[in-house]
Amino acid sequence: MTVSAATAPATAPAPSAAPAPAASGIRFDQVSVAYGRHGEHTVLDSFDLTVEPGEVMALLGPSGSGKTTALRAVAGFVQPASGRVLIGGRDMTGLPPHKRGIGMVVQQYALFPHMKVAENVAFGLKAQKTPRAEIPGRVAEALEMTGMAAYAGRHPRELSGGQQQRVALARALAIRPGVLLLDEPLSALDAQLRSGMLAELARLHRELPDVSILYVTHDQIEALTLADRIAVLDRARLQDCGTPQQLYRRPRTEFTASFVGTANLLPVTVRGDGVDFGGRPLTVPVGDEVAEGAAATLCVRPHLIGLGESPRPGGGNTLRGTLTEVQWRGATHRLYVAVDGHRVLADVRELRTTPALGDEVALHFAPEDAVLIPAGLTGGGAPDA
Amino acid sequence: MPRTDTETDTEAATAAGTTGRTPAAGADGATDTAMGRVTDAGTDGAPDAETGRAPDAATAASGGSGAAPPTRPSRPRRAGAALWALPPVAALGLVFLYPLALVVWQSFTPEDGGHSTAPYATVLDEASFRTALTNTVLIAVGATVGALLLGLVLSLVIAFVPFPGGRALSRFIDLFLAFPSFLITLALLFLYGTVGMANGLWTDLTGAAHGPLDFLHTPWGVLLAEVTYFTPFVMRPLLAAFSQLETGQLEAAASLGARPWRIVRTVILPEALPALAAGGALVLVLCLNEFGIVLFTGAKDVVTLPMLVYTKALLDGDYTGACVVAVVNIALSVALYALYRTVMARTGGGAGPRSGGVPHRAGA
Repeated sequence: MTVSAATAPATAPAPSAAPAPAASGIRFDQVSVAYGRHGEHTVLDSFDLTVEPGEVMALLGPSGSGKTTALRAVAGFVQPASGRVLIGGRDMTGLPPHKRGIGMVVQQYALFPHMKVAENVAFGLKAQKTPRAEIPGRVAEALEMTGMAAYAGRHPRELSGGQQQRVALARALAIRPGVLLLDEPLSALDAQLRSGMLAELARLHRELPDVSILYVTHDQIEALTLADRIAVLDRARLQDCGTPQQLYRRPRTEFTASFVGTANLLPVTVRGDGVDFGGRPLTVPVGDEVAEGAAATLCVRPHLIGLGESPRPGGGNTLRGTLTEVQWRGATHRLYVAVDGHRVLADVRELRTTPALGDEVALHFAPEDAVLIPAGLTGGGAPDA
Repeated sequence: MPRTDTETDTEAATAAGTTGRTPAAGADGATDTAMGRVTDAGTDGAPDAETGRAPDAATAASGGSGAAPPTRPSRPRRAGAALWALPPVAALGLVFLYPLALVVWQSFTPEDGGHSTAPYATVLDEASFRTALTNTVLIAVGATVGALLLGLVLSLVIAFVPFPGGRALSRFIDLFLAFPSFLITLALLFLYGTVGMANGLWTDLTGAAHGPLDFLHTPWGVLLAEVTYFTPFVMRPLLAAFSQLETGQLEAAASLGARPWRIVRTVILPEALPALAAGGALVLVLCLNEFGIVLFTGAKDVVTLPMLVYTKALLDGDYTGACVVAVVNIALSVALYALYRTVMARTGGGAGPRSGGVPHRAGA
């Protein structure tokens, strides 16, 4: 990547030494956003989050969770009813979008149809009064970065979806923002293209280590793949925040458990060293925060459940139930087993012979693969931001 | 399907309308010209109706692509379809083409009988004709420029500056188009006439004999009235064009550091140009043929071609001369309209689809 290599070693965290280092890092300080004449529709409630300089933070959640609102609050298109938005440590809450030093890419690309690709990319540079002589170089650099250098003379309507998205990215990157805002940028692309673009975004993130990226998505795969940390939102509140591994292996709430990956959630009661599931004792790690006899939820991921009795002598957990459905998914079989009225999903490697529906089957999982979620944690508490 | 200039035409815009009103409501008094068809729910196949090719032209409504109809037995179909065109063509012929032909015929008939181009020579020589022609063109051009500027500013404000009552205002502007044109002049007379309110206020305050405003019967009065009346004709297509603008583009421009004026200049105006051209062409042609407004302001000082037709035919009894002037008027309008169509055909292809994203093709 030419940019980082060509500049003198800078003490400031910026790709080039000549212009002032672009402010990086985002902080949401108890940001609330509401619509309606008296603010009766809350779309974001006391949102508190810090994105470190150079970090990729994914905002993950279902529709209506407030993630796009949070992103637009950073961009300046939405005014918070209360709270502050800080970019690079500076309070940007009252500033209009053109003064915030951000780059933005949206789902519909929003390229300017009357301008060629090169002019689209140069737009921000001209708007920010970059010296004329510099513009062609910066445009070329941005197009190189996204692999669109050969299309500089085309119009947006002549490009495919993936190409247009890359041009939109180049346009946002050309102005060298400290903060890059991506609002479901891959949602309009087909699955094949999406995985390719994810890899490209990951590469760009490595090439631009000083740019904070806020990535809004409802797709957990995108979040798990790309993000350094994920913030899970639901119904206008922040539910959970952590690295992808933390959220996946040790979800704090039931919502996180079921939204980030698939999960089996079994209601259990804490008993001594383990839990009791409908009369069956199970051995799982029990932390100090749950009291004896307390109700809790046991979370086990389907791919960690095996078919048959537990191979561990004396250890391991076995559940017996009736097979209600089998789905073949190419590389795996998904089994739906009714245990005590609860439905348990198990994803096993493709079976040569599947059990018949209605058969009694045994499922097993290791104690360390289960997570205990204390009852009542549907979310809303202060996560480790 | 890629959009062509026919969809950005003011015909489609005023006909489709954001309020879904019938197009005829917006018609001016100028039914004596070919532009009467401008307010039809527009196919550009309309001129072909006379030659009976209407069905084919009518089916190519979204435009001029010349797509052939499916290859089924077309002969019996074509003949059948042509029969459907007969009633409207006959009506058109009777009500419109026949009188038009008569006018043209009459213009070649001098008073002393026979047929020649002598009437043309006579009329074209008259000073009053040349004045009328100059007046007509100057006023029309001036009013068009005024309406375009005012219409653009108002449309920008209504579309992009959120203020309470913005929607009501744009509905009210639609209502404007239902008024007869001379009503505007009447209103202006009440306000600015020699015995109008403004002058009355002045005389009350200063005790002068009469007020300073005395311009309504000059070309400036006509200009003011026409700009007031025709601005909504520019605003309708403009507001329609602006409502289709992706807000995503405006936001993208803002996020890249563009201030509002730059956004207007580089993102909004290019979208507005087809609507501006369509609106401008429409207003130009309507102004050329405007009669009610000019008549109402007091014809003595301002003579335009339609006024000349009126005075010659009804006041002077010189029907031949009137027909000559009418033919010149029609020729002028048609020529301008043809010019507009040629220009739009040349540049309309470059406008392309409005959207800069959400592609028609998938895959990289």
